[in-house]
Amino acid sequence: MELNKSIENALIDAVRILPEDVERVIRKALETEKDSRGRLVLEKIVQNIDVAASSALPLCQDCGMFYVWVEVGDRARFNIAALEEEIYKGCESAAQKAFYRKSIVTEPVFERENSQTNLPPVINYELKKGSSDIILHFLLKGFGSENCSSVRMINPTAGEEGVVNAVLDMMKKAGGKPCPPVFLGVGVGGTMDRAAQLSKKALIREAGSYNPDPRYRAMEERLLKEINAVNIGPGGLGGENTCLSIAVESAPTHIAGLPVALSVNCWADRKASVRILGGYDGNTAPTV
Amino acid sequence: MAILHLPFEEEELKSIKAGDEVLITGKLYVGRDQVHLRFKEILDRGGNLPIDFEGNGIYYMGPSPAPDGYEIGACGPTTSQRMDPFSPLMLSKGLRVMVGKGPRAKAVLDAVEKYHGLYLQAFGGCGALYASCVKKKSVVAYPELGPEALLLLEVENFPTICMADSSGNYLPSAIFV
Repeated sequence: MELNKSIENALIDAVRILPEDVERVIRKALETEKDSRGRLVLEKIVQNIDVAASSALPLCQDCGMFYVWVEVGDRARFNIAALEEEIYKGCESAAQKAFYRKSIVTEPVFERENSQTNLPPVINYELKKGSSDIILHFLLKGFGSENCSSVRMINPTAGEEGVVNAVLDMMKKAGGKPCPPVFLGVGVGGTMDRAAQLSKKALIREAGSYNPDPRYRAMEERLLKEINAVNIGPGGLGGENTCLSIAVESAPTHIAGLPVALSVNCWADRKASVRILGGYDGNTAPTV
Repeated sequence: MAILHLPFEEEELKSIKAGDEVLITGKLYVGRDQVHLRFKEILDRGGNLPIDFEGNGIYYMGPSPAPDGYEIGACGPTTSQRMDPFSPLMLSKGLRVMVGKGPRAKAVLDAVEKYHGLYLQAFGGCGALYASCVKKKSVVAYPELGPEALLLLEVENFPTICMADSSGNYLPSAIFV
């Protein structure tokens, strides 16, 4: 199968059907939520998941902006122009065939004219040592939640306390706006933009997974607990299920800084992955 | 569980209290950012709006395209806060019922009290579920705005929660902090 077809198929499903890890934590939240309004919101969310899965309707009218995190193995065949052409083709035809809302404007400040294709996607690349494959991780990034994402440049001596306080403050400001219960990605370190990219990479991680570094794992557990103690709750109407999963990713940074970025995703945490065995240089590629 | 028929009867609207689960049945207008901007420009010029607010409500929403055989695509609420700069003006011109999601500015909640309106929150992200509550859809004006066009829906048992009621009561989560 042509690569763009594999991408198209993955994205046709992603707009209607949540990944298993995401659906699992949402259904678990409905079992545990004690707040009656919070539970009502979770009941509607689960009904919505069922309607979308058994119809041709997207989960949400905001079908998001295509965001692609590309892991490129250092032994993979790789032609960036050929790969991007396939990504663009796959995104455009999935948006057409799966009835995505056209939500992308070609110019941000002045014309704001709709591209009518949901193109372009946002694409980032990362070199992966010891691999001969390319993996495309897609997010359908909704903007009710993206409008609550942000970066803070905190004091380098602020440490873990500073990171936790910055994330908590950003979430308190977000409140019910990003369609909680949310999925959160946190990026710490790098430059301002690198931290922001890492926060997206963190969103790609499986829901409920942990950072392999025990200190960051402890930070993830602490953040999850403290955010869920704020009583924002499902739909912002109260309850203990505000955040269902949080992932922290880190990178080296400068002696004078500690960038902290938060990417907020709504409960409809729509993701897809396509692995290209051996990489891609423009010839037909096997995918899984 | 409360029911709100649209166009509304005064008594029914006033019986709905903050915190109630409210099912809407009837005719519901749809307009979001660009419709609000255009309405404000018309009102600033002293012109007439393409719709009469009397007895009606407005839903902040921009649907995805309707798949073959469907009346409408996914059609859940968008964030109400972006309409805050316009809502007190709309309420002063006769709008009484707003449907969206998320907290509002204090000025909007004050205007809801002053004009005895309602702010109802629809369930965020539940676009497929809401499509199953829409029986009919028509474009009233501004088709060039695509998903942001001014629409009229016929809805049945469209689920919401009352965030702010006509007596000036509101849930703590109704106000933007």
